[in-house]
Amino acid sequence: MKQAKDINEQIPWQEMTVGCEIYEPGTSRLTKTGEWRSKTPEWIEDKCKQCVLCAPFCPDASIPVKDGKRSEFDYEHCKGCGICIKVCPFDAIKWKEE
Amino acid sequence: MAYNLKEEMNKEERFHAGHRLCAGCAAGIVCRAMMRAVNPEDKAVICNATGCLEVSSFQYPYTAWEDSYIHTAFENASATASGVEAAYNVLKRKGKIAEDKEIKILAIGGDGGTYDIGFQSLSGALERGHDFTYFCYDNNAYMNTGTQRSSATPRFASATTTPAGVESVGKKQVQKDLTQIVVAHGSPYVAQTTLFGNMKDFHEKAHRAIYKKGATFVNVLTPCPRGWQYPAENLLEITKAAIDTCVWPLYEVVEGEYRLTYEPKKKLPVEEFMRLQGRFNHCFKPGNEWTIEAAQEYVDKKWDELLSKCV
Amino acid sequence: MSIRDRLSGNEAIATAMRQINPDVFAMFPITPSTEIPQYFAQYVADGKVDTEFICVESEHSAMSACLGAEAAGGRAVTATSSAGLSYMNEVLYVAGSLRLPVVLAVSCRALTGPININHDYSDSLAERDSGFIQLYAENNQEVYDNYLMAHRIAEHPDVRLPLMVCEDGFITSHAIENIEIEDDTAVKSFVGEYKPENYLLKEENPLAVGPYGVSGYYMEARVAQAHAMINAKRVIKEVAADFEKTFGRHYDLIEEYHMDDAEIAMVIMGSSAGTAKACVDELRGQGIKAGLIKVRVIRPFPAEEIAASLSGCKAVAIMDKSEGFSACGGPLFAECAGACINMDARPKMIDIVYGLGGRDFTVAAAKSVYERLGEIARTGQTGPVYVHMGQREV
Repeated sequence: MKQAKDINEQIPWQEMTVGCEIYEPGTSRLTKTGEWRSKTPEWIEDKCKQCVLCAPFCPDASIPVKDGKRSEFDYEHCKGCGICIKVCPFDAIKWKEE
Repeated sequence: MAYNLKEEMNKEERFHAGHRLCAGCAAGIVCRAMMRAVNPEDKAVICNATGCLEVSSFQYPYTAWEDSYIHTAFENASATASGVEAAYNVLKRKGKIAEDKEIKILAIGGDGGTYDIGFQSLSGALERGHDFTYFCYDNNAYMNTGTQRSSATPRFASATTTPAGVESVGKKQVQKDLTQIVVAHGSPYVAQTTLFGNMKDFHEKAHRAIYKKGATFVNVLTPCPRGWQYPAENLLEITKAAIDTCVWPLYEVVEGEYRLTYEPKKKLPVEEFMRLQGRFNHCFKPGNEWTIEAAQEYVDKKWDELLSKCV
Repeated sequence: MSIRDRLSGNEAIATAMRQINPDVFAMFPITPSTEIPQYFAQYVADGKVDTEFICVESEHSAMSACLGAEAAGGRAVTATSSAGLSYMNEVLYVAGSLRLPVVLAVSCRALTGPININHDYSDSLAERDSGFIQLYAENNQEVYDNYLMAHRIAEHPDVRLPLMVCEDGFITSHAIENIEIEDDTAVKSFVGEYKPENYLLKEENPLAVGPYGVSGYYMEARVAQAHAMINAKRVIKEVAADFEKTFGRHYDLIEEYHMDDAEIAMVIMGSSAGTAKACVDELRGQGIKAGLIKVRVIRPFPAEEIAASLSGCKAVAIMDKSEGFSACGGPLFAECAGACINMDARPKMIDIVYGLGGRDFTVAAAKSVYERLGEIARTGQTGPVYVHMGQREV
């Protein structure tokens, strides 16, 4: 089955999927929306209490959580909306100085 | 099972990064939470109305969805879901889908695709009682086309087709109370929620709706930074103000029984919600004080009505 | 073994549906197609089918539910007429572009206004560019047979397009004729099971349907769809050949009647062809070289076949049973004229718009058309190209 990674604006019509269907999950990850960012949030691990409150409020699923703990931002996709900064009760996320 | 945020966040993501919603768009948060409310062992089919979410979450060849997804048009997400459900029933009956396999059918649309153009289709599907859950991400206007007023736009909000001006104080009509209209259909589970706290309220309602047999409905107040004119990072300040002013009361109706799920410790004046958003700026100009009074009067009336229905 | 039975067109379609046993039928009533879901509802009530029969709240939702069901992996059908088909318009295009082989029975009826429940093709021909394959029938037997072939054509992997089985409202839909009904098992084995490669409810992998397509993809998607319609021409003939082998009745894209040596000819659709054939017989008895082409398939349009068939003619009348308001001819005329554009020696061609809203078409009326064609053939003068027939006027 044709995969999204092999579909681009250079391929001929014969190589596109029938009806523009996609047969895999989550191919959007190939789009690096991190490029949209004008401001960047920074995670200050020392201050972080791992309450993970920030994680559900990220519209871009860019705060990975594993075993109940968050890790570094997915900067490939984070659009820099800043919601997490305001959500954090411990000031453990702030805007990066540019 | 008690809600545990960490456990929820440990779940595999089912609405992926790389979608093209605006930075800070609350619809992305809604979709992620909606999909966490589907048990990990169950699959889902998402039927999406045309709108911001649709053009952003499935732009060929990039789907943000882990599960199967279908978009056909603007006004027919519920009818499309009806067809998916019908096929699910028959394929199960014919043994083409394993007996123990559960596939949840979800529909999702903005307020335009739900309150307005999709209303007939929604009403029909509710009446027929298909086993599916409709999520409305209500951002109070037609955002995909640039903030035109919808029947979900609150009174006095400035929208691009009801702009404030010397002769205008924004939209003239109050928001259509769609949640109540859905209740009137006799739906077994109807709820209003939004994004706040640790997302427990949203999660529990979404889960109840999805796992309640029949046509169920969850109306989610979903702020739009562009349309409501507020800095994206202020999302939770806005949703908190919406629930604490009772502009957006949180409640659920289970088999016709109303239950208030959040009562503000101190009910705040409605201007606390309005002043956070540029769409109400004109209401704070000298001479327009009456708009805030009228907005307050309406919120109070609706709140009292709701309280009288709740057990 | 087939049996002879007296059935209306609507009942013939419902019977074919029962034999095929589709997964989902989404219905909404409208005259004159309403009987189809009514008959079918009784089959459901009597346990004769496994179908999920859903009574939706509009034709738009009927087609939308079919899209959902078909994408989910089921065989989905519906039926409609007139305003109902117009109301579906938006989602018909979606069916075509999503390449979902929904089968739609249309009892063709005039469009409003004034509101009228009788036959013409203003509903179905208005949807000729929707991406649906369109099959038309002269009589109840053809309606039944077209329906038996419909799913196989639509679902063929080289095609994957939605399909309309069109019958003439009331004339065919309600008139009862003695027709050949094939055995249930023979029908089931001819039509086969629906086995899409990918579908929403598939266990192994998800399916995402209906994306936003930027300019970098839209053109390619439309070209692919256009080629599917080109492929449909071949597949319709292949399925017809297998149908003939199985059930003994012959079908093609067009039916030629005395066209071998015809000098004057009509191009016509549906039940009117029966009337016109009677006229041709009469004229042939008088030694007049009259012929007729009945167009069975409007999409894909059999342009080469029509041009080849008309190549020996001197004068041709295109019979349009719908008004296109182009001020220069109906839709069938535009298609046929286009089909003939590159012929070395083209016949003179006129358009007769007739039979709107159920206005009678008689052998005498057909005869008057052939008389005019004879005149054009003799004089080489076409005269008015776009005329209406059968209306009162000063």
